[in-house]
Amino acid sequence: MTKKLIMLLCLVIISSSLAIGQEAIPDSAGLAPPAPAPPTNVRVVDRPNDAGHGLIVKWDLSPDDSAGLNNVAIYEVFRAGSPDGEFISRGVVPRGITEYVDFDETEPNSEHPNPNFMPVNSTWFYKILAISDNQVRSEFSSVASGTTIENWIHTGKIPIGVAAITFTVFLIIFISSARKGKKMYVRPLAGINAVDDAIGRATEMGKPILYILGLGTAGDIATIAGFTILSRVAKRTAEYQTKVIVPVQDPVVLAVAQETVRTAYLEAGRPDQYNPENVFFVTSMQFPYVAAVNGIMLREHPATNFYMGVFYAESLILAETGNIAGSIQISGTDQVAQLPFFVAATDYTLIGEELYAASAYLSQEPVQLGTLKAQDYTKAIVMAFIILGAIAITAGWPFLRNLVTINL
Amino acid sequence: MRFLEQMMKIDRRWIYLAIGLAVIIPAIIPFTVPVPVSKEVKNVHDFVENTDSNNPLFLAMDYDPSSMAELNPMAEAILKHAFSEDRKVIIVTLAQFGPGMVEEITTRIGKEYNRQYGVDYAFLGYRPYPAITIMLMGTDFRVPFPQDYYGTPLDSLPIMQGVKNFNNVRGVIDLTAGNTADMWIVYGNGRFNFPLAIGITGVMAADYYQYLQSDQIFGIIPGVKGAAEYEQMIGKPGQGKEQVSYQLVAHSVIILFIVMSNVAYFATRRQKKTIGGAQ
Amino acid sequence: MKREIPLMIVMVTGIIMFLQYFFPGRFLFIPFISSEKLFEFLNDWVMVIGILSLPLGIWSLLKANVNKLKAADERFYSAILLMGFLVMVISGWMPEWRTKGVHLAIFQSVLIPIQSTIFSLLAFFVASAAYRAFRARSVLATILLLTAFIIMMRFIPMGPISDINNWLVEKILMVPNMAAKRAIAMGIALGATATAIKIILGIERTYMGRD
Repeated sequence: MTKKLIMLLCLVIISSSLAIGQEAIPDSAGLAPPAPAPPTNVRVVDRPNDAGHGLIVKWDLSPDDSAGLNNVAIYEVFRAGSPDGEFISRGVVPRGITEYVDFDETEPNSEHPNPNFMPVNSTWFYKILAISDNQVRSEFSSVASGTTIENWIHTGKIPIGVAAITFTVFLIIFISSARKGKKMYVRPLAGINAVDDAIGRATEMGKPILYILGLGTAGDIATIAGFTILSRVAKRTAEYQTKVIVPVQDPVVLAVAQETVRTAYLEAGRPDQYNPENVFFVTSMQFPYVAAVNGIMLREHPATNFYMGVFYAESLILAETGNIAGSIQISGTDQVAQLPFFVAATDYTLIGEELYAASAYLSQEPVQLGTLKAQDYTKAIVMAFIILGAIAITAGWPFLRNLVTINL
Repeated sequence: MRFLEQMMKIDRRWIYLAIGLAVIIPAIIPFTVPVPVSKEVKNVHDFVENTDSNNPLFLAMDYDPSSMAELNPMAEAILKHAFSEDRKVIIVTLAQFGPGMVEEITTRIGKEYNRQYGVDYAFLGYRPYPAITIMLMGTDFRVPFPQDYYGTPLDSLPIMQGVKNFNNVRGVIDLTAGNTADMWIVYGNGRFNFPLAIGITGVMAADYYQYLQSDQIFGIIPGVKGAAEYEQMIGKPGQGKEQVSYQLVAHSVIILFIVMSNVAYFATRRQKKTIGGAQ
Repeated sequence: MKREIPLMIVMVTGIIMFLQYFFPGRFLFIPFISSEKLFEFLNDWVMVIGILSLPLGIWSLLKANVNKLKAADERFYSAILLMGFLVMVISGWMPEWRTKGVHLAIFQSVLIPIQSTIFSLLAFFVASAAYRAFRARSVLATILLLTAFIIMMRFIPMGPISDINNWLVEKILMVPNMAAKRAIAMGIALGATATAIKIILGIERTYMGRD
């Protein structure tokens, strides 16, 4: 598709500069080369899935396109506001193509008048001609017209909608069945089991715990999962009276992290122990942030470092420094690229969705466990689709692929 | 055996010293290495090559000075290629500390090739929130960038005449060290369907090959080696070619260390086993 | 009430953002509400909130470091930080200093080299981490080691061996690497969607400071 578009775009530009305003070049014998026959059966349809600012012009190939005289190079599409109005060129497409998508969504205003704008419910008239390799133009085709229609629903995105609704239904079913008291099993996660030990170790050593939320924003799912685990860690540190240091790099994350830690201390019954200065903003720049955190690691020698959230190139710089400082390290991220670094340099790693699942595992709340179950069932469906899809495509049945294809 | 045992728990500072020397020595005693050109870099080169002078190329330089060592050679090679062949280039940066650096590079190479600002190339500047900026540029470049970096309204720049959004550019090449590449793939190519290629740091490379296979991008310039390949194709050896020799030595040293570590590991393990057997 | 209002805002905007994706023209067929405009409007809010929260971060940074001035051992670092902050803010204020002078000089001669230096630590740490991690302790670890070895050899030109190695690297990246990555990516996508739905429906609220 992309390749086609590139080709098309190239040809449009090259040919439009060639085609416009040039006369036929006589051949060596002095005779004008023959003109190709025009394309036939021109029709205009609405461009699907748009807000009503586009049309698609379709035609049948000229009899001289790859047959007959075999001299068609391009087709040029002309448009007018009325059947006897002035037809202006809208663009060209290479031979062999029977479709041109015409659209203009820029509404005119006092500063930018846009005569080409195609409003909703406007009717436009099209005619097409073929141009030969020698710039000889055919007659115009017959005129066809079409009206722009505003499409209400994007039909190309229906598979996404169906998948999202199915998943939500699963979620609701499993959450409600978990609330009714149905037992659900969650596989133990080594990284999470280590959390309590790590906090205990810090308490015994009398050293602080360092909790890094990564470079994500408060809207990133991994950062949100990081807050959940932070809430648990902070509650434990409040009980054990261990210091937890949370340097952050985003002001919104700062606000949420402070609130999370404060509430955790409140719930542990030690609101007086909470020191807002232990949760602080450093800088929003990647490497200066890394420098600051590395400095904290080497000065404070934390007993345990947590890395939970979104991480980029700094993952290994942080984890190796933590290793030098002699800390136990637990990491979790959904950045696939950084997983190898964490696996190599930290003691425990929560891989991708394990990080999200950690909140369910930690709380053992029915709502959270139900969510995991819904994910598992959806994953089973996805797996079934992958296997069936592979079989179907190998056997040459496009049905399943068409069913799940998304046309943006 | 003692030596091997020592190797097992070598002070990491020896490793750092070796890596430091591996980078410094080729800088003092320069040498060049042949760079075979890979398909994914050639794709990007051919794309720039096949752009015509009417259709601007869109170059997003989404990186901070921290990763300029790897990405500047790419930017320079692409700009030199485009400028020497009379291709027009529209440049933006979606990285916070990109603007100063981008301005320096574009102005320098523009001058070198006698290109005129506003006619042959334009630098639109920086906007925060890359995903949103990409989506806004998909409607009209003038929405996120009413003016260019120097404060000139886009409509006054000859290069921007008739260039509204991604439909009017040849395609996008994104040079990045972070997740902006994902945003260009998801929000850019995914929503607006333009041809997209990326230039990324070596660490990221393995992650983005999947997009090549799924045709979401048509080319990748991976790290310094990719830049060196590009320079090779345009016949203008520069920083990339120079740095590839440092990389070669550093990689060899790392490989050597891994081999040594394994030899030491097996030797000490066998020794432990024999001692265990004797008891 | 303090919790209900934010939860309502989350739910309403979440559902609007989800639905607008499926309506190319008018949102939910309501006259005069264009999906595209709605999308732009809500995205503008993201920027506004992000920018307005910046003073919060600066306040936190200044407060923490002013307090540290009292502690003898960290006084030095905090003083440098506060000084740097003041110099950059004041010099950034003056238009003529921004493009040349102190501001740009600090940016180009201090910030850029420091950033590059911290990033370049990666090279050293990759070596020391590789030294520890890549040991053939088990069958799986050996496979990992061999694969890493092959991939790294790609950066070393070795004449005809390079061609075979490149072919092998491409196969490794495109087949087993991609398969594993896609599996992880699918799990992440499902987990992210589940979390998003939970947040929109108000089931997940830890980020508001409560379990």
